[in-house]
Amino acid sequence: MTQTTSFPIHDIDTVPEAAISPRKAWPSGLLPWLAGPAWFVAAFVTWFWPDADDFPATDSLAIVFAIMGIILVPAALLRRFSAKAPWMIALALGFAAWEGVQAKLLLLPRPFFGTPQDLLDVFMTDWHKLGDSLLHSLGLLAVGYITGSLLGIAIGVGLGRSARFRYWVQPVIRLVGPLPPVALLPLAFVIIPSSWAASEALMALASAFPVIVLTWSGISAVDPAYYDVARTMGARDRFLVFRVALPAAAPQIFVGLFMGLGMSFAMLVVAEMLGVKSGLGFYMQWAQGWAAYPNMYAALVVMSLMCTGLITILFRIRDRILGWQKDGLKW
Amino acid sequence: MVNATMTPLGIQLDNVSHGYDIGGRFTPVLENVNLNIAPGEFIALLGPSGCGKSTLLRLVAGLEAPHAGRILADGAPITGPGPDRIVMFQDPTLYPWRSVRANVALSQDISGRVDNAAVDATIAMVGLQGFERAWPHQLSGGMAQRAALARALVNNPRLLILDEPLGKLDSLTRLTMQTELLRLWQDRGFTVIMVTHDVEEALLLATRVITFSSRPASVVSDINIDLPYHRHRDDPHLLALRRDILVQLGHSADW
Ligand SMILES: Nc1ncnc2c1ncn2[C@@H]1O[C@H](COP(=O)(O)OP(=O)(O)O)[C@@H](O)[C@H]1O
Ligand SMILES: [Mg+2]
Repeated sequence: MTQTTSFPIHDIDTVPEAAISPRKAWPSGLLPWLAGPAWFVAAFVTWFWPDADDFPATDSLAIVFAIMGIILVPAALLRRFSAKAPWMIALALGFAAWEGVQAKLLLLPRPFFGTPQDLLDVFMTDWHKLGDSLLHSLGLLAVGYITGSLLGIAIGVGLGRSARFRYWVQPVIRLVGPLPPVALLPLAFVIIPSSWAASEALMALASAFPVIVLTWSGISAVDPAYYDVARTMGARDRFLVFRVALPAAAPQIFVGLFMGLGMSFAMLVVAEMLGVKSGLGFYMQWAQGWAAYPNMYAALVVMSLMCTGLITILFRIRDRILGWQKDGLKW
Repeated sequence: MVNATMTPLGIQLDNVSHGYDIGGRFTPVLENVNLNIAPGEFIALLGPSGCGKSTLLRLVAGLEAPHAGRILADGAPITGPGPDRIVMFQDPTLYPWRSVRANVALSQDISGRVDNAAVDATIAMVGLQGFERAWPHQLSGGMAQRAALARALVNNPRLLILDEPLGKLDSLTRLTMQTELLRLWQDRGFTVIMVTHDVEEALLLATRVITFSSRPASVVSDINIDLPYHRHRDDPHLLALRRDILVQLGHSADW
C-alpha cells in the first residue's frame, strides 16, 4: 500500500512490511561493509591474474569493478543499503568466479561461453548500435502495446456492459483470441504491405486478448449496487463507465495489462527476428548469424533490462492507481 | 451549507404493481399499492422478508419503472432517478477506490457543482472529522454507514429513502444512529421513507408506520403515531402499538 493516512488505523491482519523485509533476514551489521571489499576482490582477480588468452577490455573491467567497490564502501552507511548488501556481495563473488573460470583458466568451450570482458567490450564498442536497437524495439513495442491495451479495455467494457455488443463481438473474440498471434505472422506479412505495420497489428492483437478478457470479467463482477448509488444521484452512462465501472474493475484490468505486456514481449522478439529489420531481436539474430556470441549476450542483457524495466513501470502505475487496495503484490 | 429553499417532497403511489421474471416465470411482487406521503413525513415500512419493500423503494427512487400504476413526486410522474431523491442502502456501498471525503462528495462529482464547505460540514455532522482521507476498508461498520449517510445528505435531498440502513449495526451504534437520524430529519425537514425490520425502531422514529402483506405486497395497515419526540421505548402506548403491529405481521398476540 503506497498511501499512508495521517491517523492510526491498522488492520490487524496485515503484516507490517518490516517483519518480512530482508533487513530482518540479515541482522548482521557487518555485512554492508563487506560489499565494497568484495568488488575490490573481483577487481584484484581481474587485474593481477593474467588472462589465458588475448581478451579485450580486461583492464577496463577491473576498473569498473574497482569503481563499484569505491561506490559501495560509503553506501554501507545508508540504512536502505543494508538490505541489498548480501546481493551485492554475491554479485561481486559471482563475477570474480566467472572471471577466474573463463578468462583466467578457460575451463568452458570458447566461442559459446564468453568472458565478462567480452561482454564489457561489446558494450564499449557497440553501444551505439545496441542503444539504437533498444530504441527501435521500444518504439515498436509502445505503439503495438498501447494500441492493443486501449482497444482491449474498450472492447472489454463493451462486452461487460452491452448485450448487443456482446452478441456480435464475443464469438469473434472466442475464435480469434486464443490463437497464438505468432501463427498469424506469415499471413500478416503477406496481407499487410509493410512488415512494420504487420508487426504492430500482431502485437496489438497479442496484448489485447488478455486485456479484453480480464477487463470484461472485472466489469461483469462490479457490484450492481455501485451503479444504483451513482444512478440515484443522477449519474449518466459516461460517469457509470469511467468513474464507476473502470475503477471498480481496475485490479483485474491491471492483471490483463500485465499479461498483455508479456504477450507483446514475445510477439516483439518474433517479429524482429522474422520480419522487421531493426531492434534487439534483429540484433540478436544478426549476432548469432556471425557467431558473435558476446554481442548476443549483450543484447540479451539489454532486452532483459528493458522487459523488467517496463514491467516495473507498469507496477508503479498500478501501485499509484490501486493505492486504495488493502493489499497487493509488490513487484 | 443548507440550501434554504429546500422543500420536502410529497410522494403519491397510485395502484402501483410490479413483478419480476424469476426462473422464466413472472412473479408479482407489488400489487395495487396505494400510498400518499405528505411532504416532511417520516414513513416507516414494515413487512415480511422478501415481500417487496426494497422493490417499492427502487420504484420511488426511479431506478425501475413500475409495470402498472403511477408514482408521482409533488404531482409529477417519476421518470428516472434524480438527485433530490437519495437512497441509502442496507450496505454502505462506499466506493473502495475513493477516500471517505471523495465518497461523500460523489453527488457533487456527478452534478459538477462542487461545494467543499458542504462536504466538510456534512462529514463533521456525522462525526467523521479526521477520517476524510481514510479508505473505506479502514472504517468500522458504523463509521462506513455514517459515511454513507453523509454521502446521501450532502446535497440536501428532498426525500431520503432508507433501506434497512441500520440493519447490520450493533445495538449501541444503532441507538446512536437512530438519534442522529431523528435529529437530522427534525433539523432539515426532508421527507423520509424507511424500510426497517425492527418494529420498535419504526415506532421510535416514524410519524406513520405502514405494514405490508407477504408477496405480492399490498398495504395492510397504515398507523399514525401521534406521540411527541423524544419517545421512550417503554411508553405503554408504544408497547400497545407494537403488539398490534406484530399481530398484523403474523405473530400471535401473546408473543
Ligand atoms: N432484480 C430482481 N430480479 C428478480 N427478482 C427480484 C429482483 N429484485 C427482487 N426480486 C424478487 O422480488 C421479491 C421482493 O424482493 P425485495 O423487494 O428485495 O423484498 P424485501 O421486502 O425483503 O426488501 C423477492 O422475491 C425477490 O426475489
Ligand atoms: Mg429488502
